[in-house]
Amino acid sequence: MNIVVCISSVPDTTSKINFTDNDTKFDANGIQFVINPYDEFGLTKAMILKEKLGGNVTVITVGKASAEPVMRKALAIGADSAVRINTNPADSYSTATEIANYLKENPVDLIIAGKESIDYNGGAVPGMIAEMLNIPFVNACNGLEIENNSAKLSREIDGGKENLSANLPIIIGGQKGLVEESELRIPNMRGIMQARSKPLTIVEPSSLEHLTSSESFEKPVEKSACKLVEAGNEAELVRLLQEEAKVI
Amino acid sequence: MSVLVYTENWKGTFRKSTFEAVSYASETAKLLGTDVVALSFGEVVDDELNKLGNYGASKVLSASGVNKGDSKGATNLFAEQASDAQAIIFANTYTAKMIAPRLSAKLKAGMVSNVIGLPSSTSPINVNRKTFSGKAIEKAVINSEKAILTLAPNAFGLVECGGNCSIEKINAAENGSITIEGEEVASGKISLAEAEIIVSAGRGLKGAENWGMIEELAELLGAATACSKPVADIGWRPHGEHVGQTGKAVAPNLYIAIGISGAIQHLAGVNSSKVMVAINTDAEAPFFKAADYGIVGDAFEVVPRLIEEIKNAKN
Repeated sequence: MNIVVCISSVPDTTSKINFTDNDTKFDANGIQFVINPYDEFGLTKAMILKEKLGGNVTVITVGKASAEPVMRKALAIGADSAVRINTNPADSYSTATEIANYLKENPVDLIIAGKESIDYNGGAVPGMIAEMLNIPFVNACNGLEIENNSAKLSREIDGGKENLSANLPIIIGGQKGLVEESELRIPNMRGIMQARSKPLTIVEPSSLEHLTSSESFEKPVEKSACKLVEAGNEAELVRLLQEEAKVI
Repeated sequence: MSVLVYTENWKGTFRKSTFEAVSYASETAKLLGTDVVALSFGEVVDDELNKLGNYGASKVLSASGVNKGDSKGATNLFAEQASDAQAIIFANTYTAKMIAPRLSAKLKAGMVSNVIGLPSSTSPINVNRKTFSGKAIEKAVINSEKAILTLAPNAFGLVECGGNCSIEKINAAENGSITIEGEEVASGKISLAEAEIIVSAGRGLKGAENWGMIEELAELLGAATACSKPVADIGWRPHGEHVGQTGKAVAPNLYIAIGISGAIQHLAGVNSSKVMVAINTDAEAPFFKAADYGIVGDAFEVVPRLIEEIKNAKN
């Protein structure tokens, strides 16, 4: 059972977002980078599956050397090896192309990605990889068990979940529910020491084709000040919501 | 040339997000000087399909044999119909998020997700999208011949034009490789994705047993219920209710936050709401900086009084 987990190195969720170069580039100054939270659920699930079924877990990312601390962290959590495709991701299509081309040369049984990254929120890379590799795809996946050569899965749908099955290989866009928050693994000292000697392979990009580009960024308009209503005067709040905001 | 739009149905019925996608497609088609073709998967009766004309579809292609949860089959059929499409529009739904990226890779059509407005130019297509979990807006350019746009929830609104559409039945492509075993859906609840009003509560509620008043308020307003991340993590509420940066992003007309301090991660998921109300004991809670209206007070006193006042106002 060989598993690849796609990892995105993203700003910590508490980060304030700023831009530089005339608002054309994300300002990484002073930003702490972490494993994308959706990918972290997937990585933990991969470790649990490996412990049960054997095999190897490889983590892969598309990024420059600045993504390496996050890859080392993934190795410290327990991945056996890491691959970094050495280019700045231009868009979802180019990221998916690089990962799919690598996986065509190095096929695995299961590919786990997050349902989206919390920075650019494209939510497109896993679906694109599925099409490029011509394999089944389950997005918003919140349950996964492997038996023999097939996967039993569940995915979130409006108001509930849908149960599915498919033959391997398969790719999922994962989220909470694959494992619970309390099951997430924190690297211990032994893991951190071992991670230093685990292989982190750098692969040069195979294609630099991209389909979309980013022209500029701006921040949403600040809201005007909050209108405070005295506790005990809830009738006034109801009046404001009805007559001023016209939302109830 | 055409604008193609995916018109998703739930057990044969369209929802607001479907009509919103058709409205967006129709306005985009006007900019491009062309017509809107809608694509529907699964069994939908003609009376329901005809509703799409009112939002600007001139033709509806109905493929009853395709299951929307099978992204491969759906993508193949989409690709067959997309030969003269210049733009392909999706709403922000779970199945759209599976089909759109597959189609992008298959057609080599640049895809932009979380779109919040009409194209500001059409050659090439330029659109604004939400990014960094709502903390920023990006101007994106699509360099390919065809563009795929998926809309942010509740970002565009409905535009009725009173038009009619023709209906054409088409045969299904081959099935994909996924078997759909069944679904477990809570009945009678308003889904977060479709809700016009959301009543959300956090750790300030002190325990799962105190959600009765939250549900009562929600029912009174015809609202969906939601919660903050800590509440879902502790298990007071199901994960599906967690809104925020790592949960669901929502954009209702009214978001009422009760006992939620307003951490940056929570605000990121809700700051597209049109109007926000905060109720919190702590006057310094960050939510008051983001909210339009607020009451500093104890939720256990404020919420029951609020329920009474809404009942009074309705009578």
